[in-house]
Amino acid sequence: MSLLAFCEWLDSTDWSTALHESMFMYPIVESTHVVALMLFVGFATILDLRLLGLTLKRVPVSQVAERLLPWTVAGFIIMVITGVLLFYAIPVRTYQSIFFRAKLIFLILAGLNVWFFHTRIFTRIAEWDLALITPKAVRMAGLASLVLWAAIIIAGRMIAYNWFDCDIQPQSAFVNWAAGCVVPLPTP
Amino acid sequence: MLLPFFEWCETLWLGQFVIGSNWLFPVIESVHLLGLALLGGSVLLVDLRLLGLGLKDRAVSELALDARRWMLTGLAIMVVTGIPLFLSEPIKLYYSTAFWIKITTLPIALAFAFTVRARVALADPVRGTARRQQLVGALSIALWVTVAVAGRWIGFS
Repeated sequence: MSLLAFCEWLDSTDWSTALHESMFMYPIVESTHVVALMLFVGFATILDLRLLGLTLKRVPVSQVAERLLPWTVAGFIIMVITGVLLFYAIPVRTYQSIFFRAKLIFLILAGLNVWFFHTRIFTRIAEWDLALITPKAVRMAGLASLVLWAAIIIAGRMIAYNWFDCDIQPQSAFVNWAAGCVVPLPTP
Repeated sequence: MLLPFFEWCETLWLGQFVIGSNWLFPVIESVHLLGLALLGGSVLLVDLRLLGLGLKDRAVSELALDARRWMLTGLAIMVVTGIPLFLSEPIKLYYSTAFWIKITTLPIALAFAFTVRARVALADPVRGTARRQQLVGALSIALWVTVAVAGRWIGFS
């Protein structure tokens, strides 16, 4: 089963239609996604700013991480649950959205950055825990995180707009390729 | 009574400029969200601490002082982007319940942040009783979440 066929099957389920057409559930899920963003991206930003030496300068990085990461993880879990529900409400269109696809790529990069930070940088935290000016690799990880989460927010917001939707043709060949549009051949 | 004011807002060039572009409104909206993330982080850092959570080994006043710059930056981003968003659709907003909830809760949240909350958060730790701190933290979170949810809800009306 192709991913598109899977999304079409999701689209055909009653719950997907119900969520999409619900007067309150869809806005509630969307609003929860935004409130969780305040917590998740908010605290990720605080940690990144600390890595860059721009806030909480007298607080050891390990303390910031230890106290804020549980909240950050909780926020991320809410973001994923509500995000999956938002996808489930409008599966085919979202699957074929170039912004959704860009968002997933940025999410993977942000995940790699987190993995890199925790396996390569955080393990040697004792060397720079109290440093006002953290090592360059640490600052780079913080900056990359800031840029990637900003890109994820922007791409996510853009999913709502239909400029590049598959059902609006003609689109450039690049858009049709990137969005995975199935474009019918022009009838003679 | 306020309708003439909203109608006048609709005539301003900034709103017309935003409407004139396909991309401007979504781009400004995105930056509005980036400001929200920054505001959310810097506000919740202090509010959770007031509730005895998060960075509880540090003094509230230390966190509040460190977060202040970023809270003001987040607020500035939100106001600077919020104004053109408003000016691009004032009549729609005039008839939106969500907008009126947001625009009445926002000044309350701002006034609360810069008076009661600022006093409690920056006070010498000995003076603020734990109960009072918790109440201020919870109220602050409730106010900002209301502003954010009402703001998001404008898009559904």
